[in-house]
Amino acid sequence: MSQPTAICPNCGAPIRFRWSSAIQTTCEYCKSILVRHDVNLTKVGQVADLPPDISPIQIGTEGTYRNTAFQVIGRIIYSHDIGAWNEWHLLFSNGSNGWLSDAQAEYAVSFLSNPDSPLPGPSEVYRGFQYTQQGVGLVVTSLTEANYEGVEGELPFQYWDKARCPFADLRSQDGRFATIDYTENPPLLFLGEFVEFESLQLKFLKEFEGWTA
Amino acid sequence: MNPGARKIVPKPKALNCPSCGSAIELRAMGAAAAVVCSYCSVTLDATNPQLVILQRFEAQMTVQPMIPLGSRGKLHGAVWEVIGFQQRGINVEGTNYFWREYVLFNPFKGFRYLSEYDNHWSFVTPIPSLPVPGVNNYNRPTMTFDGVVYDHFQTAQAYTWFVIGEFPWQVKVGETVTAADYVAAPKMLSSETTENEVNWSRGEYIDGKELWAAFQLPGTAPPPVGVYSIQPAPVEVQAAGRPWKLFFLFAALLIGMMIFFSMRALEETVLDQTYTFQPLATGEKSFVTPPFQLKGNSANLRVEVTGELENTWAFFGMALINEDTGQAFDFGRQISSYHGVDEGESWSEEDKHDAAILPRIPGGKYYLRIEPETEPPPAGASPLSVKPVKYSVRLIRDVPFYFRYFLGVFLLLLPLPFMGRKRNNFEQTRWNESDYGVPPNSIAWQANSSSGDDDE
Repeated sequence: MSQPTAICPNCGAPIRFRWSSAIQTTCEYCKSILVRHDVNLTKVGQVADLPPDISPIQIGTEGTYRNTAFQVIGRIIYSHDIGAWNEWHLLFSNGSNGWLSDAQAEYAVSFLSNPDSPLPGPSEVYRGFQYTQQGVGLVVTSLTEANYEGVEGELPFQYWDKARCPFADLRSQDGRFATIDYTENPPLLFLGEFVEFESLQLKFLKEFEGWTA
Repeated sequence: MNPGARKIVPKPKALNCPSCGSAIELRAMGAAAAVVCSYCSVTLDATNPQLVILQRFEAQMTVQPMIPLGSRGKLHGAVWEVIGFQQRGINVEGTNYFWREYVLFNPFKGFRYLSEYDNHWSFVTPIPSLPVPGVNNYNRPTMTFDGVVYDHFQTAQAYTWFVIGEFPWQVKVGETVTAADYVAAPKMLSSETTENEVNWSRGEYIDGKELWAAFQLPGTAPPPVGVYSIQPAPVEVQAAGRPWKLFFLFAALLIGMMIFFSMRALEETVLDQTYTFQPLATGEKSFVTPPFQLKGNSANLRVEVTGELENTWAFFGMALINEDTGQAFDFGRQISSYHGVDEGESWSEEDKHDAAILPRIPGGKYYLRIEPETEPPPAGASPLSVKPVKYSVRLIRDVPFYFRYFLGVFLLLLPLPFMGRKRNNFEQTRWNESDYGVPPNSIAWQANSSSGDDDE
């Protein structure tokens, strides 16, 4: 399958899309943030230098989640008062997309979900708030006011100019996990589960000097 | 980027502390949030290349980590590097109790911790799930995780006293969290709660010796002091915890042996004779029985003597004599029978039957020499008034012998009360320092709780 290609409107470099539904990508050469309108790309910003890399995952990393292969095609980097984390954008072999969050090597896979009951508003949520979704009892375990630090690669939406990003993280009693993203109105719900690093069978990881995977 | 492109993250460069100028080594490849200078204890933002100062404080205490920062060791299947160290404490009724935590890092697996209290160590893994709260039969709080029920041990405010190295959060001296521990030895579930966050972790008791070997530390691990909350009971105490199990095991063994040997027993009557003895008779009293064969190499021989007596006793001196070798086994048996009327009440004391087992008699041809004796009749007694003693002698080769098995079972029972107490002592010591002072299955706490003594 031939992948759609385009030209960076800023530097003229070829832009190769791994995912036909990508809305946004970054130019590997000039670091411009590009948003797709039909077939044309518009430069909407510039990626500042990304903070020091803290994850063994990189764009191009491949793995398997619940017997479905995926490839890492993009990411959003956040920081908050206990450090930084990555939301890696995953493209699955069946065409769906999801997120692999890597918060200091605590890994979780999640998917954008339609809430089956109304989400608590940003002023209603507190630590300990209980919320049931698809029959799973979830409890808010942390409230985070994150800073958007940067983006890389292909994303399913425009995401480049946010500064304050309030999140509520929810956990269940059986390893399920949810995030309510309050940067959108109405807020977005991501549902998923924590995963063991080994279970993802990741390939094409970064290497760390002095360490073997 | 093409898949498979090698991107090697280099070791972080050595940086200098902006406060005191000492070299600071960053080990966590940028994953840590804070780094504390080992020299001047200033806390720096490890995510910022300029190492912005987060906190300055006058060190109130200096603690030397037993495992130096930068040590690497293989534990639970992965290599871990010690990158941070802190001393924390709780205050219980005016007394500070300190423990130490080591931050372990692996760039692929993230962070783990080693916790040390009185030289008791545990390996701590953060857990993403929420344990399920509950109460036990004595109304004490529990948490269930992965099918294991943990009993609440203690809840206290944990204060950070001393920090060096790198941490996955912006650690600060003076930081206070609510720390709760739940134990199911050798494991512990712990929660740390702040206003905005609750984090759970699971610790597992680990022998100091194992750590010293894993991290190749010099010398030997200092010996643990006292009983730690998740210390596994020593082997002999664990055995003491199962006294009935052990008892039934050995009792079954004994009964099995008893059945086995009694089924194999021959139980062959080799001699069954009835004799009469006239006390007034003169001359040689002793006589010998016809010879009989004792089968087998070596087995016991049961001797039974039964007599018809009236207000007298009879003693039989006996010798079992091997016809071929002349070897003799000497023994004696006594029987008696008395009865009468005293103050209108009739009484009787009878022992007309006596038996004994001669152990380990070698096989061969034997005869028995019997020398009967009885109460000498009064002088001048008429032969008609002195009744002859009629008695029978029976010899049975290879009889089952039950008594020693019952004795064995009885002896097995003796240590049980002591073993139970040993186990209880260990559990009591384990729970001494808890919020309850008594083990979770103790009725004593329930009594206290109704009077409002607990601080839950």
